[in-house]
Amino acid sequence: MSEVRLMKGNEAAAEASILAGCDAYFGYPITPQSEIIEYLSDQGRKRGMIVMQVESEVAAINMIYGAAGAGARTMTTSSSPGVSLMQEGISYIASAELPCLLVNINRGGPGLGTIQPSQGDYFQSVKGGGHGDYHLIVLAPASVQEMADFVYLGFDLADKYRNPVLILADGALGQMMEKVVFPNYDPKAHKLPKPWATVGKTPDREPNVITSLHLHSEDMEKINLRLQEKYRKIEANEVRYELINTDGADVLMVAYGLTARICQRVIELAQQAGIKVGLVRPISLYPYPYEIISKLTEKIKGYFVVEMNAGQMVEDVRLGVNGKVPVGFYGRMGGIIPTAEEILQNLQKFVKTVSVKEKK
Amino acid sequence: MADAQVLTNGMETVWEKPRTLSETRMHYCPGCGHGVVHKVLMEVINDMGLQDKTIGVAPVGCSVIAYNYMNIDMQEAAHGRATAVATGVKRVLPDKLVFTYQGDGDLAAIGTAETIHACNRGENFLIIFINNAIYGMTGGQMAPTSLLGMVTSTTPEGRQIETQGHPIKITEMVATLPGTYYITRQSIHTPTTVRHFKKAVEKAFKHQMEKKGTCLIEVVSNCPSGWKMTPLEANKWLDQNMFPIFPPGDIKVDGKLVEKKQVISQKKEIK
Ligand SMILES: Cc1ncc(C[n+]2csc(CCOP(=O)(O)OP(=O)(O)O)c2C)c(N)n1
Ligand code: SF4
Ligand SMILES: [Mg+2]
Repeated sequence: MSEVRLMKGNEAAAEASILAGCDAYFGYPITPQSEIIEYLSDQGRKRGMIVMQVESEVAAINMIYGAAGAGARTMTTSSSPGVSLMQEGISYIASAELPCLLVNINRGGPGLGTIQPSQGDYFQSVKGGGHGDYHLIVLAPASVQEMADFVYLGFDLADKYRNPVLILADGALGQMMEKVVFPNYDPKAHKLPKPWATVGKTPDREPNVITSLHLHSEDMEKINLRLQEKYRKIEANEVRYELINTDGADVLMVAYGLTARICQRVIELAQQAGIKVGLVRPISLYPYPYEIISKLTEKIKGYFVVEMNAGQMVEDVRLGVNGKVPVGFYGRMGGIIPTAEEILQNLQKFVKTVSVKEKK
Repeated sequence: MADAQVLTNGMETVWEKPRTLSETRMHYCPGCGHGVVHKVLMEVINDMGLQDKTIGVAPVGCSVIAYNYMNIDMQEAAHGRATAVATGVKRVLPDKLVFTYQGDGDLAAIGTAETIHACNRGENFLIIFINNAIYGMTGGQMAPTSLLGMVTSTTPEGRQIETQGHPIKITEMVATLPGTYYITRQSIHTPTTVRHFKKAVEKAFKHQMEKKGTCLIEVVSNCPSGWKMTPLEANKWLDQNMFPIFPPGDIKVDGKLVEKKQVISQKKEIK
């Protein structure tokens, strides 16, 4: 099991879902993530997974609702336009507290956009996307290895909190090939009992009902309060991030996923240019690592956020910073991956502005 | 329970509330078909001993809280998505019995794609389709099955072909799909039709146990409130106006289309 394999991110996620004991997959093809449904249609079916290509993402997400409600470990994957179509269902799933794993291999939007990689779905992923007060647990892999690792983690977190988990990656992470090792993972040891699942009412218990409807405001508020309590627990326990080169840095970049990989190269280039810069890489986008971002403000002159969008996560960085240090931003849109060199150029400009302010 | 004993004391029990019906009083308007359909459905599940094997899927519509009345495991689906939810349930629990319960708006408007594709895949479950030609829950708007000329809150001049198209015959449509096995149109507005409906439900559950494919039972029903009629007027109106467009009877039996006795023009306007 611990042999090193060379795989695309999409394939690694698909293989991991089989090894993680995913019982059923429902999906609809869309670039740049169709390798997942293709891989599962072959390997998944051969190894006992229920794998269905269905009529739309709307159908797929509602099948996830049904299968998860019936107690299965279940997953769907898509890319931006397809994930938009799923939002109603995701809201229902969050409300009914059904564990499941969702994967969005983000492509450039808005609209049909482009099939090239993007991080334009950050707001949709972490701020709600669908209607009502809910949160997904959102994990952002930055390597093919993490594309696999977060599948196991995602299923386990989903079960633990009875909450949908979203892996938010971009088209490049889905398509690029890297080394990956699959850990030993025994699904039976990880899957939690689901006494609430609809499997047929036996005389020893009341009927199990999966619903998101609570017609009386008092009841609905109670559900909301319970959800909020759960989200506070998730915020307390499940914040994940990586600090790279943060000791002694004057400026810290903040980036997740693919841009975090590029920013590691920027650190090297910046060192050669005499700039002391490090990187905060949020791994969980919800819950967001506000606390560490806030704490590090005491040691640095400013944050520089890099994203493949018009500036979405930067708002969360500002929330964490709360005005204590300047926050700069550089982003590319439309499916363009910024180069380390162009990020460095813009970082240098930002460093100048924070240094000038310091002199005053 | 105590009441039942008093009633049966020295008398013969002619009807007992099945265990599959809960104690909760139904919220349906007087004369509404939903309550009768619930009762018959639960009687069949009880009589066939299927309570511990059945999972129901409720729609969004007047019967959205059907799970409060049905004493079985249930899931409440998003509007129109009941057959997708049921697909998810049935695929992971292939040996359980699954049914959806859906109104005309749910099944034949917003959920058309899910309905057709579930039937096309031959999903091995039962679809109960309550056609009352109106959106009961949201206050009596036009449904895809509303009749031509029918006045609703969104067709104050009556449904017109030019703007609203024709009443959709989705039951006949899905009968043409090879995935469906037993497709029938029933009603529950008289004691006789209730008995026929019950037989149809029993048959459909048997087919499901034998993994024959999708079964769909359309119930031509009523909506006294939405139609703005008394229950009696509503049932008479159903007889006179719904049946010419939605004729009762089997449409597909044992996987074979039933020969049509008469062809009724879709263009018939209501009287
Ligand atoms: C996505 C969405 N759109 C609209 C609604 C509002 N809505 C609730 S029930 C309904 C129509 C129900 O009509 P039908 O399915 O015929 O059921 P009935 O009440 O007549 O039994 C509508 C439009 C909704 N709940 N969700
Ligand atoms: S509004 Fe119509 S469908 Fe709804 S409960 Fe009343 S009569 Fe029945
Ligand atoms: Mg209706």
